[in-house]
Amino acid sequence: MTSHPHVLPGRLAYFTGSRSERGALLAFAVLILVLLPLGLDVFRLNIFGKYLTYAFVAVGLVLCWGLGGILSLGQGVFFGLGGYCMAMFLKLEASDPVSTAIQSTPGIPDFMDWNQLTALPWFWEPFHSLAFTLVAVIVVPTVFAFVLGSALFHRRVGGVYFAIITQAVASILSILIVGQQGLTGGLNGITDLRTLLGWDIRSDAAKYVLYYVNAFLLLAVILGGAYIRNCKLGRILVGIRDQEDRVRFTGYNVAAFKTFIFCVAAAFSAIGGAMFTLQVGFMSPTFVGIVPSIEMVVFCAVGGRLSLVGAAVGTLVVNFAKTTFSESFPELWLFAMGALFIGVVSAFPLGLAGLYERHLAPRLSRWRQGGSAAAVLSSTPGE
Amino acid sequence: MTIRYSAGSRLTKAWKRFLGAAVIGGAAFTPIPALAGPALPTSQVNTTGLAVTDDTVTVGIMHSVTGTMAISETGSVQAEKLAIDQINAMGGVLGRKIKFIQEDGASDWPTFAEKSKKLLEKDKVAAVFGCWTSASRKAVLPVFEKDNGLLYYPTFYEGLEESPNVYYTGQEATQQILAGIDWVVKEKGAKTFYLLGSDYIWPRTSNKIARKHIEKNGLKVVGEEYFPLGHTQFNSVINKIKLKKPDVIYAIIVGGSNVAFYKQLKAAGIDLNKQTLLTISVTEDEIRGIGGENIVGAYAAMKYFQSLDNPNNKAFVKAFKDKWGQDIVIGDVTQAAYLGAWLWKAAVEKAQSFDVDKVRAASTGIELTTAPEGYVRIHKNHHLWSKTRIGRARADGQYDVIYETKDLMEPDPFPKGYQ
Amino acid sequence: MFDGYTASELVSIFVMQGFAGLILFSVFLLMALGLAIIFGQMGVINMAHGEFMILGAYMTYLTSHVFKGAFPGIYGAYFLVAIVVAALAGAALGWLLEWALIRHLYHRPLDTLLATWGVSMILQQIYRSIFGAREVGVELPDWLMGAFHLSDTIELPVNGVFVFALTAAISTIILFMMFRSRWGLQVRAVVQNRPMAGAAGINGTRVDRMTFALGCGVASIAGAAFTMIGSTGPTAGQLYIVDTFLVVVFGGAQSLFGTIASAFSISQSQSSLEFFMSGSMAKVFTLLTVVGILLLRPQGLFVLKMRK
Repeated sequence: MTSHPHVLPGRLAYFTGSRSERGALLAFAVLILVLLPLGLDVFRLNIFGKYLTYAFVAVGLVLCWGLGGILSLGQGVFFGLGGYCMAMFLKLEASDPVSTAIQSTPGIPDFMDWNQLTALPWFWEPFHSLAFTLVAVIVVPTVFAFVLGSALFHRRVGGVYFAIITQAVASILSILIVGQQGLTGGLNGITDLRTLLGWDIRSDAAKYVLYYVNAFLLLAVILGGAYIRNCKLGRILVGIRDQEDRVRFTGYNVAAFKTFIFCVAAAFSAIGGAMFTLQVGFMSPTFVGIVPSIEMVVFCAVGGRLSLVGAAVGTLVVNFAKTTFSESFPELWLFAMGALFIGVVSAFPLGLAGLYERHLAPRLSRWRQGGSAAAVLSSTPGE
Repeated sequence: MTIRYSAGSRLTKAWKRFLGAAVIGGAAFTPIPALAGPALPTSQVNTTGLAVTDDTVTVGIMHSVTGTMAISETGSVQAEKLAIDQINAMGGVLGRKIKFIQEDGASDWPTFAEKSKKLLEKDKVAAVFGCWTSASRKAVLPVFEKDNGLLYYPTFYEGLEESPNVYYTGQEATQQILAGIDWVVKEKGAKTFYLLGSDYIWPRTSNKIARKHIEKNGLKVVGEEYFPLGHTQFNSVINKIKLKKPDVIYAIIVGGSNVAFYKQLKAAGIDLNKQTLLTISVTEDEIRGIGGENIVGAYAAMKYFQSLDNPNNKAFVKAFKDKWGQDIVIGDVTQAAYLGAWLWKAAVEKAQSFDVDKVRAASTGIELTTAPEGYVRIHKNHHLWSKTRIGRARADGQYDVIYETKDLMEPDPFPKGYQ
Repeated sequence: MFDGYTASELVSIFVMQGFAGLILFSVFLLMALGLAIIFGQMGVINMAHGEFMILGAYMTYLTSHVFKGAFPGIYGAYFLVAIVVAALAGAALGWLLEWALIRHLYHRPLDTLLATWGVSMILQQIYRSIFGAREVGVELPDWLMGAFHLSDTIELPVNGVFVFALTAAISTIILFMMFRSRWGLQVRAVVQNRPMAGAAGINGTRVDRMTFALGCGVASIAGAAFTMIGSTGPTAGQLYIVDTFLVVVFGGAQSLFGTIASAFSISQSQSSLEFFMSGSMAKVFTLLTVVGILLLRPQGLFVLKMRK
């Protein structure tokens, strides 16, 4: 079913998996740490930094969808929650009493003042603290995922139902955020974020720093994902995906495993959201809606739902194509995107990573090992 | 030229007369070879590295041509392209033809931010004409302020903003609301109002201003409701309206919801010839989707209607239709988008420079007597002085203009007493 | 909020409000029927459902123009023709889509979701290229406008009554086809046990294609009907998609009766909530309740009991 070697790997291999995965991960690390920063100016690099934040979601989806068989159409919710937590902190920092002196209530975010709020709402207060914010970025979405996941999985909701319920949750949350504009900034989102502890996040230097922070976090998340996949937990998840009842009858608490992996995916997405806020300088409720959530599933599908690195690469490729297409043929990119969706799903269900594994990797290893067929077989995924 | 400059204009009188004739003579300009005398050297008009050459200047057009907002933003793109064509046909700006780079915001605010960065940092455009929703403007605002760009924003909006890098060619909220409410109170004897809106900042802020103004006049708001964007079921609220029997329904519903609302209002037997309805969100553009027969009799408070009877507007409508098709309609925002390029041109020529700081310094007080809506002037708060007009919807999708304020309304994005 | 009203005023409001709920019910049911057939019977998640509805709306628009040009004398009848045209167009496109794409994906239901999302993007862009980005206004024949006056104060919108009647007719036809026709028997057999149905001589491939085409045709009929109450633009289909899925899932995917029951309960609660609170909050409350109930009863209201 998967490309895992048949014996449990050694300690290091827990993080890196098979040889072809190691190669892919190394190549990806070189790409985002060396090639992109060298080859792109700061403007393009910042855009790629933005794409990389979506890759966190895609990597999370590899775990919960590719590995666990749980398709969530609400990952944007967690991306958004993480992003909002970060944005609340930055907004409070940008709303010091001096720079908001023209407001009727100085010291609160501008959109609250426009909505006649005269005091900071209680749940904004803790976001004055960076430490709290960093914890909240992870904890808030994870707790939300836990509540949702444990309620649904304990009742054995899965598959298509789970997908549609998460979609409804995304829809509810975006209506709520847009509707409570005094508390959340409404449809405009939380905008005009300037500094992080006095450090201007809009400067070119900051963009380089944030890009690298983002890139290293993404690599860490991919390694963490690989660890989960390659240890026993990952095997149980695959078992659940393929034969849920059998795993349950073997005595495993299936719901707990599913909830766990769903929470992990949520936490990954949330980190992406927070990095998005830092790099782009605002957070918008559009991410919490349905369309971005589905798009992120597509990033993952294009890259390969079974490959952590593949999902991240897929995110880059699709977004790069989207930007390029929309710059040169603004009216055609929907056609291109639509065709990409259909093509990937019907012709290459394992995405770019599948193509790599099937066509490129065997050749590479033949070239390396002088045509040893055994290596080819062990790294070829079956379905 | 019909744009009046303050003292110190370097244009010759003959040149002014010629341009004036061209503008007044209608918008069907024949392409005229650049008549401007020797153009100023590029090093002099562009000291900040903008995309200006000896014979061209590059600007950006940034609207959504895909996604849900494409419906609304198409008209603005067309108006901006028309204005640029016409300016080029007159010889361009400071002897330089305008080239434009069009970017698609794809109805997605982060994309707007990304595209604005591209236009300002990669393409080095001298000005950007773009954005439509407040959310997209809020998303690009930090970019424009950081890179010191220049944005001409066409949509009527909620106010509460006065960026040094933006010129707001549409109305801020009070310019649309106050005169409209005064008018229904005076002409219709309205005493009770029912406020409706889509659920986001513009309708909410506008209704807040409307409510304060209504209550200041000692009148009553009997209901206030908001619906999610894209909501299509209005029968319940229509029943509530029937129960409350307000003198005026004050509706700020946008997008696809608009169509559903007016169709259901009509189907429920509410005849807008008898029930007064005042809206600030339905232009001729929206009526195409709603269907004129569904909204006939409603009143709209805008600054521009396609049916405005003045020579500037006739020329503008003709040129617009010649370029984009005879069955096209022109709404308030489309006209405001058209003003953007002309206001920029006027400011650049007054400043004799494309540098953003100089253009900004020159902008305050710029007048446009050739505007299709009549006469406008840039206020020092970057908004336009303009009149408020009331139109009454006809079955053919046009408005009859039945009232206009005597004076220009002063833009007041931070209205005291309405916050 | 009812102070100062006479009893008769209150009665008429309640009657009209009840009717508003019924209209909403018809709208939800009409939206959901096509999806219930495709999703419930075939397990395919058709994310392009909204675009099929808009196809019906554009067909109505085109038909009205053809009638205006060619048969102005019988313009009033165009709407009925448009419904047929919409149904045929939707079914034809659905047939094509099933043949070209869906049939390759039956064993991967989550992937149909992604592929049909791609289809919906392409359809949106096609609509935009053909009809323009702006909404088109579909002019209704006079007989569909206006209201029935039951009394001085009670008015029922004609087009609401029409939607209600149309929904009733379509649901009856579908239920009849499902439970009284040979085709329905075959569909149910294939749903319950594909290999056995095949062994009994049922051509599963043909049944699938027919079912998918039928579901798409019903979606287009819904779209044609919604030109009376909603907007017609390239992206208008997306407005309906979440509601539609929720109705179907809430009802219990494989039960058509469940779909009817769930459309009824969701529409009634939404419509009465809307009367007592603001539209936005009513929507949130309704969705929350539905999700809450689904958390407690994930299989939906009605379950088709069968042995596996």
